[in-house]
Amino acid sequence: MTSLSLDDISLHYEGQDRTVRALEGFSLSVDHGEPIAVIGPSGCGKSSMLLLAAGLLTPTDGTVRVDGGLVTAPRRATSLILQEHGLLPWKTAEDNAALGLRVRGASRRDARQHARQALERVGLGEFARAYPGELSGGMRQRVGLARAVALDADLLLMDEPLSALDALRREDLQDVLLDLWHRRGHAQVLVTHSIEEAVFLGRRVVVMSPSPGSVRGVVENPDMGEPGYRLDPVFHGRCAQLREILADEGALHAEEAVRG
Amino acid sequence: MKRPLSRPVGYVVAVLALLLGWEFLSLALASPALPGPLEALPAFATHLSELIGHAALSLWRVSISMVIGAALAVPLGLAIGRSARADSVFAPLMFLTYPVPKVVFLPVLLVIFGLGNVSKIVLIATIVFFQILLTARDAAHAVPEGAVLSVRSLGANRLDIARHVVFPAALPDIFTALRISTGTAVAVLFLAESIAGTDGLGWFIMDAWGRIGYPRMFAGILAMAFSGVLLYEVIELAERLSTRWRRSAR
Repeated sequence: MTSLSLDDISLHYEGQDRTVRALEGFSLSVDHGEPIAVIGPSGCGKSSMLLLAAGLLTPTDGTVRVDGGLVTAPRRATSLILQEHGLLPWKTAEDNAALGLRVRGASRRDARQHARQALERVGLGEFARAYPGELSGGMRQRVGLARAVALDADLLLMDEPLSALDALRREDLQDVLLDLWHRRGHAQVLVTHSIEEAVFLGRRVVVMSPSPGSVRGVVENPDMGEPGYRLDPVFHGRCAQLREILADEGALHAEEAVRG
Repeated sequence: MKRPLSRPVGYVVAVLALLLGWEFLSLALASPALPGPLEALPAFATHLSELIGHAALSLWRVSISMVIGAALAVPLGLAIGRSARADSVFAPLMFLTYPVPKVVFLPVLLVIFGLGNVSKIVLIATIVFFQILLTARDAAHAVPEGAVLSVRSLGANRLDIARHVVFPAALPDIFTALRISTGTAVAVLFLAESIAGTDGLGWFIMDAWGRIGYPRMFAGILAMAFSGVLLYEVIELAERLSTRWRRSAR
């Protein structure tokens, strides 16, 4: 069963003095409950692809479908998490997490109640009344996750959600993401710059190449989600495989493409 | 670093400094036109009940004007700031009309609305309107696009975005504009009251002047200062209550 399908997508827009081809002939299909990671150099159209999937951009050519229905506007059960600006500084953690529900017409009380449960889920129960300015970077990203959880999203789209965090917090939040996915079983597309993150959180890792943005290759990663995967030799093998593809593409220097 | 004084202590220190400077200036000038606080304060006490009536009237005029001006300017300014199309028409209109001192229209307003409250309220509301309109427009312009996008991805419509993103983002700037326009509003009210009508602090002060009652006149000026403090403190309080997140920001 397909959750998200992008079919032969082109996305062009007018730049300064030429037409920019952000995506060309891009196709991707994500099954229900399938976690996908997308990796590629800057300018390969990863973010545009997510905005298309979220219904915030319209493709020049091709179709975007979720659950078989054509996507023309933001969809109720799709949740998009951005690296920055996802949280509104004037709302408490609770009200930020509740925002999606509020916008979708839930009463303040219902929305808050769901938001509190969602905050508990991501380990922020005690911080419901704190403002984002009082929280650390990692905690703020957890609030962003709580918003998606509160919405009961069946499709989670994430644009480098952890790239502003230091390495330790990053792994911590990767565990939270994995745990959420295990428990909720939603389809998810994670756009990332990090090879390890892609292999840790993507059952399939899609490698994109720039100008114009298209699919360069796919690494199957069926062991993703196994306990202790980070320490598994298979994990390191996949990282090396991915590194090689990226090096071939010129996204990495060849000497960095050391086999794990 | 030394700790700041508490607010009441700050006021006491400021008032003492002001009174001292005033007394000193009055002694130096030795003119009946500038009575010292030792003369003005008893006059203030004598006329207190009369002054309270006039001050209440003036305060009422200023506050209702500011509320009307802000209530009209904030939504319009935010809308203009969020729409490039509206901005292309309204921005030139604002730049054409903003620099014209609205006080010059007082004679026209007096003809249309008479000598009573309405002409004064319309005048002050207009002035406040323009100051806040411009600020609200710029503030709405500066709202980070990422914040709008992330809320839009939740399925928010324009009204949701205005309510959850644009309005709160602009609120601190709107309060600054409100504070700045308070000074202008009080000054213009003084002018309007001294030109037309027979009540309000502006009238009281000019009337005392006309009768060469200098201590009485300064009692009126004192009442005006207190009214200003009241206005600023109310705005401060409103800002503190409606922008709580700013105290927690790091």
